[in-house]
Amino acid sequence: MPILWLFLIVLAIAAAGYVIGRSRAVASVGGDHRKMHSLASFYGSNVAIKVFVPAFLFTIAWLLVQPIVVNATVSDMIPEAAIADNSSRGLVMAEVRRIADGLDSAVAAGGMSADFARTPQTDLDDVTQRIKDAGGVVTSDITAPVLNAAQRYRAMNGTGNFIMSGLAILIALGGAWWGIRESHADFRARNTVETSIRALLIGAASIAILTTLGIVLSLIFNTIEFFRLYPAADFFFGTNWAPSFSGRGGSSDLGVLPLLWGTFYISIVALAVAVPIGLFAAIYLSEYASKRVRSVAKPLLEVLAGIPTIVYGLFALLTVGPLLLEIFGKDGLGWMQAGTAVMTAGLVMGIMLIPFVSSLSDDIINAVPQALRDGSYGLGATQSETIKQVVLPAALPGIVGAILLAASRAIGETMIVVLGAGAAARLSLNPFEAMTTVTAKIVSQLTGDADFASPEALVAFALGMTLFVITLALNVLALYIVRKYREQYE
Amino acid sequence: MMKDNADERIGVDAMDIKFAAKDVQVYYADNHAIKDVSVDILDKTVTAFIGPSGCGKSTFLRSLNRMNDTIPICRVEGDIRLDGQDINAPEVDPVQLRAKVGMVFQKPNPFPKSIYDNVAYGPRIHGLARGKAELDEIVEKSLRRAAIWDEVKDRLDAAGTGLSGGQQQRLCIARAVATEPEVLLMDEPCSALDPIATAQVEELIDELRQSYSVIIVTHSMQQAARVSQKTAFFHLGNLVEYGDTTDIFTNPRDTRTESYITGRIG
Ligand SMILES: Nc1ncnc2c1ncn2[C@@H]1O[C@H](COP(=O)(O)OP(=O)(O)OP(=O)(O)O)[C@@H](O)[C@H]1O
Ligand SMILES: [Mg+2]
Repeated sequence: MPILWLFLIVLAIAAAGYVIGRSRAVASVGGDHRKMHSLASFYGSNVAIKVFVPAFLFTIAWLLVQPIVVNATVSDMIPEAAIADNSSRGLVMAEVRRIADGLDSAVAAGGMSADFARTPQTDLDDVTQRIKDAGGVVTSDITAPVLNAAQRYRAMNGTGNFIMSGLAILIALGGAWWGIRESHADFRARNTVETSIRALLIGAASIAILTTLGIVLSLIFNTIEFFRLYPAADFFFGTNWAPSFSGRGGSSDLGVLPLLWGTFYISIVALAVAVPIGLFAAIYLSEYASKRVRSVAKPLLEVLAGIPTIVYGLFALLTVGPLLLEIFGKDGLGWMQAGTAVMTAGLVMGIMLIPFVSSLSDDIINAVPQALRDGSYGLGATQSETIKQVVLPAALPGIVGAILLAASRAIGETMIVVLGAGAAARLSLNPFEAMTTVTAKIVSQLTGDADFASPEALVAFALGMTLFVITLALNVLALYIVRKYREQYE
Repeated sequence: MMKDNADERIGVDAMDIKFAAKDVQVYYADNHAIKDVSVDILDKTVTAFIGPSGCGKSTFLRSLNRMNDTIPICRVEGDIRLDGQDINAPEVDPVQLRAKVGMVFQKPNPFPKSIYDNVAYGPRIHGLARGKAELDEIVEKSLRRAAIWDEVKDRLDAAGTGLSGGQQQRLCIARAVATEPEVLLMDEPCSALDPIATAQVEELIDELRQSYSVIIVTHSMQQAARVSQKTAFFHLGNLVEYGDTTDIFTNPRDTRTESYITGRIG
């Protein structure tokens, strides 16, 4: 039974439960609503929740467990001999699933009867042809063990889904019975519903946290794997980044310092551009600009935030780089070798960050109460004195937050770096030299035909982890600053 | 008591006119909030503005130091002169004007700074103190005058926003007197204060009267009678009656004034 049907059935039970629960509660006091503990709709909602939530959770759990069990059982059916030398069990299992899907579509298209799909077949070519006719994908020739496994796979999934649907409906009915039995005037339905809402909110929060945790864990395992193959001291303190390409042998230097330096340098240039411009723009927009100017200028500025970073990358590569080269290159001051440089990427990234800083700061400055400005004007302060001494200090925690957010963006930015800063990992003070960042290197280490077990590929996870720790530290620092400031002035 | 105040007022300087307002109109967009108000505010005198809520007391008060300039929809018409100078004339800098005409707002609005910095704000901006010692002196004197010194002298570095509502209001009074204005506009300065602090602020007002002109908006008839020598009664944007406080409270000429002070309209 498709999941959609199951869902609709449970929904119908919930709806019926709602109506019954509601009317039972009302009937229990002879229709006098004032004698009920909660509003009538709460009794209905209570039943609906008890129908829906357990059945839903059960279905989710079943759907998570079933593929694991089925895969394990079917995988055991395939003898070692059936796996070709250049293949693996995983690939064969993928084929099994494909054929199972192919049988499904063949049955659906009328290419074979359900019985035919279920019973063992000897004419494998015929089966292959029938599946292909139905639009199924068959990559290699179907072998007997694989077809058997596929049929078993179908059968197990079929019974599994059937049992799941039956149990889910039973659970829904049980929930309905439980909820309806409770529906009496003195049952505290309102509090129960309240508790469920809280559980829902907690669930949402935990999903967010668990996902983060999952991401970190997946990074950690690969990072540990990397450090098993490559000494941590060399990674953290190495000043040379020179990965040899995997497969070709040779040892790699995988020192993170040049990458961190590149990340840091480009971010600093970007922030040096974005923070003053963004902040001053925000001050102008919120304190000086007339309503009309503001209503035009603010959206225009925010358009900048909507431009995809790859477009900024092109802008860096095709416009800013050559422009800088003209001024600082051989024909000018002679500091710059090529268009790709820290300066190029930093400037363009700074432009990208302006709307982040300005838009957030503008909102924060606007949130400073007018009474504070009045107080300052009332003492004979000018507008700029008021802004500098009253408005900005009051808005500072938020502005620091905005700047750190921009810094996180700068550190995580990839496209602009790839196109604007070059690919050379280098420890240099000259901002007109090409450098690269952690993120850009993560991409280049994982793309291409890298072997995922080699240190050259695994280093990407170590780099990701390093970046994660750095941004985390940045955020914690931001929180700390904001808190400290708040305590002082609230 | 009312009689005492009236007697005290009599002196040579006391009759000088500080503010002369003529045919003042104030509009908030289409809302005509102040209608044809003409009034002469005397120097070295406490003037009380009374009247029911929403009658325009704050609005009129704010037009005396051009605080209404900060409200985009607000328009002030008419002639307001401070010491004979039209305050709305183009050559008058509102910033200079507000340094001379200080203001305490209806709602306490301390800056998110330390208590010390709150009070030192005006003196610093206007360069009133030469050196730290002098500034310390101004801060202490102002806090004492606002009857809050004893409560905050040990925590001048603490945030002004961390004080109680009544303490915040007195801090704002200290902040306003620290700039040594010639006129002090006080919009319900005692509405958040207990009787003791109120008495202290009233004492301060009386002291300020020796050298400045004070205008106080109040909803308390007793307070108006206690501290002021002149009283102006506003009603629906009109200045209904203006005169000696004693006269207004003992024999009001207008029936609306009488109804208000006896508690029949409000
Ligand atoms: N910022 C503003 N924008 C628009 N209208 C305003 C504004 N401030 C005051 N008004 C209007 O002007 C009129 C007078 O208000 P005002 O604040 O002067 O009254 P008030 O006498 O001080 O009252 P209260 O005793 O309650 O403080 C009211 O009708 C009010 O709605
Ligand atoms: Mg008011």
